[in-house]
Amino acid sequence: MTNELDIFVGNTTLIDEDVYRLWLDGYSVNDAVALRVRSGILEQTGATAAVLQSDTMDHYRTFHMLERLLHAPPKLLHQLIFQIPPSRQALLIERYYAFDEAFVREVLGKKLSKGTKKDLDDISTKTGITLKSCRRQFDNFKRVFKVVEEMRGSLVDNIQQHFLLSDRLARDYAAIVFFANNRFETGKKKLQYLSFGDFAFCAELMIQNWTLGAVDSQVDDMDVDLDKEFLQDLKELKVLVADKDLLDLHKSLVCTALRGKLGVFSEMEANFKNLSRGLVNVAAKLTHNKDVRDLFVDLVEKFVEPCRSDHWALNDVRLFLNQYSASVHSLDGFRHQALWDRYMGTLRGCLLRLYHD
Amino acid sequence: MPGKLKVKIVAGRHLPVMDRASDLTDAFVEVKFGNTTFKTDVYLKSLNPQWNSEWFKFEVDDEDLQDEPLQITVLDHDTYSANDAIGKVYIDIDPLLYSEAATVISGWFPIYDTIHGIRGEINVVVKVDLFNDLNRFRQSSCGVKFFCTTSIPKCYRAVIIHGFVEELVVNEDPEYQWIDRIRTPRASNEARQRLISLMSGELQRKIGLKVLEMRGNAVVGYLQCFDLEGESGLVVRAIGTACTLDKLSSPAAFLPACNSPSKDMKEIPFNEDPNPNTHSSGPSTPLKNQTYSFSPSKSYSRQSSSSDTDLSLTPKTGMGSGSAGKEGGPFKALLRQQTQSALEQREFPFFTLTAFPPGFLVHVGGVVSARSVKLLDRIHNPDEPETRDAWWAEIRQEIKSHAKALGCHAVVGYSESTSICEEVCILSASGTAAVLNPRFLQDGTVESCLEQRLEENLPAGCGFCHIPYDELNMPFPAHLTYCYNCRKQKVPDVLFTTIDLPIDATVIGKGCLIQARLCRLKKKAQAEANATAISNLLPFMEYEVHTQLMNKLKLKGMNALFGLRIQITVGENMLMGLASATGVYLAALPTPGGIQIAGKTPNDGSYEQHVSHMQKKINDTIAKNKELYEINPPEISEEIIGSPIPEPRQRSRLLRSQSESSDEVTELDLSHGKKDAFVLEIDDTDAMEDVHSLLTDVPPPSGFYSCNTEIMPGINNWTSEIQMFTSVRVIRLSSLNLTNQALNKNFNDLCENLLKSLYFKLRSMIPCCLCHVNFTVSLPEDELIQVTVTAVAITFDKNQALQTTKTQVEKSLQRASTDNEELLQFPLELCSDSLPSHPFPPAKEHLESASSNSGIPAAQRATSVDYSSFADRCSSWIELIKLKAQTIRRGSIKTTVTVEKASPMSEGNFRNRSAPPCANSTVGVVKMTPLSFIPGAKITKYLGIINMFFIRETTSLREEGGVSGFLHAFVAEVFAMVRAHVAALGGNAVVSYIMKQCVFMENPNKNQAQCLINVSGDAVIFVRESELEVVSSQPPTANCQSSCPGGDVTT
Repeated sequence: MTNELDIFVGNTTLIDEDVYRLWLDGYSVNDAVALRVRSGILEQTGATAAVLQSDTMDHYRTFHMLERLLHAPPKLLHQLIFQIPPSRQALLIERYYAFDEAFVREVLGKKLSKGTKKDLDDISTKTGITLKSCRRQFDNFKRVFKVVEEMRGSLVDNIQQHFLLSDRLARDYAAIVFFANNRFETGKKKLQYLSFGDFAFCAELMIQNWTLGAVDSQVDDMDVDLDKEFLQDLKELKVLVADKDLLDLHKSLVCTALRGKLGVFSEMEANFKNLSRGLVNVAAKLTHNKDVRDLFVDLVEKFVEPCRSDHWALNDVRLFLNQYSASVHSLDGFRHQALWDRYMGTLRGCLLRLYHD
Repeated sequence: MPGKLKVKIVAGRHLPVMDRASDLTDAFVEVKFGNTTFKTDVYLKSLNPQWNSEWFKFEVDDEDLQDEPLQITVLDHDTYSANDAIGKVYIDIDPLLYSEAATVISGWFPIYDTIHGIRGEINVVVKVDLFNDLNRFRQSSCGVKFFCTTSIPKCYRAVIIHGFVEELVVNEDPEYQWIDRIRTPRASNEARQRLISLMSGELQRKIGLKVLEMRGNAVVGYLQCFDLEGESGLVVRAIGTACTLDKLSSPAAFLPACNSPSKDMKEIPFNEDPNPNTHSSGPSTPLKNQTYSFSPSKSYSRQSSSSDTDLSLTPKTGMGSGSAGKEGGPFKALLRQQTQSALEQREFPFFTLTAFPPGFLVHVGGVVSARSVKLLDRIHNPDEPETRDAWWAEIRQEIKSHAKALGCHAVVGYSESTSICEEVCILSASGTAAVLNPRFLQDGTVESCLEQRLEENLPAGCGFCHIPYDELNMPFPAHLTYCYNCRKQKVPDVLFTTIDLPIDATVIGKGCLIQARLCRLKKKAQAEANATAISNLLPFMEYEVHTQLMNKLKLKGMNALFGLRIQITVGENMLMGLASATGVYLAALPTPGGIQIAGKTPNDGSYEQHVSHMQKKINDTIAKNKELYEINPPEISEEIIGSPIPEPRQRSRLLRSQSESSDEVTELDLSHGKKDAFVLEIDDTDAMEDVHSLLTDVPPPSGFYSCNTEIMPGINNWTSEIQMFTSVRVIRLSSLNLTNQALNKNFNDLCENLLKSLYFKLRSMIPCCLCHVNFTVSLPEDELIQVTVTAVAITFDKNQALQTTKTQVEKSLQRASTDNEELLQFPLELCSDSLPSHPFPPAKEHLESASSNSGIPAAQRATSVDYSSFADRCSSWIELIKLKAQTIRRGSIKTTVTVEKASPMSEGNFRNRSAPPCANSTVGVVKMTPLSFIPGAKITKYLGIINMFFIRETTSLREEGGVSGFLHAFVAEVFAMVRAHVAALGGNAVVSYIMKQCVFMENPNKNQAQCLINVSGDAVIFVRESELEVVSSQPPTANCQSSCPGGDVTT
């Protein structure tokens, strides 16, 4: 006796959150059943394995049918086939677009192309996330990217509007889109200590201050592309390290202000010129696409690592960066105060976030 | 020219891509009614076209309005080749034809294609202007209301219940016409859908005419069925109960109920005309000592009916009417003095209702059923469906005479069904023989004083159990005792009925679903030989089903069955029997005896041990069941009741009378304690299997109850969460040398596993009850068994159930009963006797509003209590989900108010950037339920009948996820289309929903499958009681009050 056909259809579509998670995680029906058995559900409910199998199959079928709609979440709201309470719709969407930290770290900043998709096998092996789940997450990134890529208006708002994600998740996706578009390198070994949250934080600051949208909210791609003009202008900052007088003046201003306040004052004093050169050179290099991609590598190499090797405390870093950027206002010979603020304001935030073990 | 139909095509959305090159569609719409067609402009290159058409106007006869469906076809324009059809929408405009129902149909309809399923949606507005038609000889019956509900609809009052109406139309099935060989499957499916739509429109119109003839204005308990007879044609038949209904004034207003019905009543002149003479000796006589002198020629109606079946193997037209004449004479003479003439004048005193106004049902005799095996032949002349008519007339005649044999003049809870396999067809009819109170049945009404006397005489809660037949001259041997409730009248030891449990019945404990399942192998045969074989098997099947039911009932410690439905299905090489009913313990009936097992070879020691082991198991089960269903009747000493009237032996004779080895039975010892025991004899492996199968039925997991009736006896405190579902299972039998036992086991397992799956799936609703569980069995192919279940799960409040303060229970009962009084009492009566009885309900009302004044509305209170009770009982993860669900619910309602709680997903992560995006869903919730009511809500308007028929076919079965994927999608689509139609009528629920047919055929080798589904129900508008209370008793002060129904809807 075999079940040739076995279905259950409710007027309100039944969604089992546990099974949904298993499905999203890419488990096959049999694996899901095994996992559910292990969770002790049979003992709790007195059900048999056959019942569990049938139930799991049924849910999987429902999810499979829903998947098409989940690709365009507004459709899920307006469709008539599945009667799902709004709270459940939100849950379905949110969970479908949720991603694994381990996975996103692997693809963050990579081109969302077929080439990357081929690497998913390796990512799957490396992270222990099933290939199916990797594919879903990758396709989600790509889908969101495609939809909002050339849209005008706020990136987060666009994502929220077209994918009905929670604010939090929409911000994360904004970061992913931003990184994918600018192809920031995040995979280098020395960047491994950084979490997705660190990058997302930086992305948000950069979107707010360094993109076209930061100056004009009525242009296409405003939140996705960096403000090219701004990047060009950054060359002007070079004078801060090229002009020896300016550099010395800057150093003395900072040192005067921080004397006695910094735990690592002597190290700072000794390293000031190196650090300043590093930060200003990063700015000056941003005209080239390749250097833009290496932004995070440079920041870690030129600033985070030297400070870390001298055992700066986070608070020392904060005091230093504050003073470092503020002192420039007292440099009479320097004319690019606004540019400096736009650059340093964001960089300061990023560096503080990036500075940890 | 009495009607103008106006249609406007507004827009489409989510259309499929029809042009691969542009990934877009150039859509336009054809609107067709009758032979007239209009077209919209082509809306170029869009998947969301905005046609915004003019009003298309059709000027039509109201006859056509009733018969024809409005047909809307969406097409993709193609300059070079033929336009491609995207899909169709059929809209039944019947609901617009009576004044009280919907006035406009407007909304988004799924565009349906029989090959591709739903492909986008279309927004349509439909209106009808009806002109008054003074032609008395009209063919239409506009204005007659139809209800699927098998009781008097909630916002109506029955003035007169006229009785049985039936009609049947036949046609050739387009699938079997020669043209089908050359047309596409899509064209063939659409021809079929359209034909059936036409036929059901015609059928409904014809039934309406009959109702008008009877001076009624409505059909209640309307049941329409299709018989797909294959080569020989297509039959659409319907039965129902004609009534004269009066609309109650708006139930939202809390007017004293007795005032409202008395106004605007058209039929009152008849009622107010008292003619005491004709009915002087009336209603008092049925109460006691009627001397019906029927010869109890046939032992048990059920057996007799089946033994008759072979007689009617070949259709004998005219036989039905002939026999009616023969029997009619003497009976009439006898019964005239019974004043039941009103009933007797009717050809068939049948009622499709299963629940009745209080006082309507006087006595219940028992189940009557009849079956007949017929050979189908081609219907030569569709306009003269005599053969089919004659077949049914014959069966109905038989039912009528069975009822008479039980001393009853009427049959209630009546239904008809067929099972077809190739050219053999089993026609079945069943119902419950009953004695009715004539006051609802005729134009002239009995004086109110008589009524009162009658009600005084009738002891509440047990009257219907009292036997209607003469105890000295019983139609079948039965075991009578004095009623355990009133101790005045005789009652049988068990009672089987097809109706719902009467509201006023006194029940001890809770009820439960009881099923008897049975398979019988049959040799493959042709034509007459086949029909004969089936006829010969039927009596044995009926007998065994009955025995199984009786055993299971005893095992549950109960004594009555309600809602009994026995389905016999015929297949190529087997017959299946499935009986479902709800067992209860009626306080009026005696405590059932136990079951005793007797071995045949008493010398064998180990065998005896085995038998005693089994005996112990059975006794344990009975004890456990009694505890489970809370059956603890008060102990009554024997002296008060009096000794049983017939000698105990008779018991066994009744049950074994049909078996071949009845002589053995008398040697058995029948005593089991003081009571009569029910003896199971283990004389061979078969019997062993039977006993085993008795014990394999596992009770539902704790927190679950199930029944197949409208309401679960013993549970009154429903909360508002409901979930209607359909589940379908098909198993393939291993074909190698199947035995009856193996088959039985397979079938039994199939049903049990299905139930287990349902309990598991719905576990998050615990505590809950599966109501109106409706099983349907079919045998689509040689080795396939298909079981389809539709039911509704309703949550209830366990804490309140445990509180035996009873106030809640009483209150709801009171409300129910006052409801019914409102609906059903006569205006005459209300003037006289309502005054003393009515002061209470308003008081209750106050009490209730007072309690809701104390801060939390009832629904809110209920859920919170429910939730707290949850914690100690359930595993933590379910609890967690519940908790989450609650926060989510709360969150999604308060869209803009608070920020930190409004996060649906991650607590506190919501920064106040914008509202949760999903709160603004545009699709309204439509509830569906097979019940006639919605718990915690009041139905304020009936919008019309929903009767839909769909065909879905695929030639890419594997790609659509195999048979399960295919059917899952189709059933979901059918639900969606029903909901869309209801929403377009302005409704928010379907009640009395039923899936009448689900015919599934597959051909995996060809990668093909086809399925036909037929559903029906009543579209209604309901309002939550909590909302009503808030509106009426106090201004909505707290936010949570108005929002909590919204939250409930989402569950």
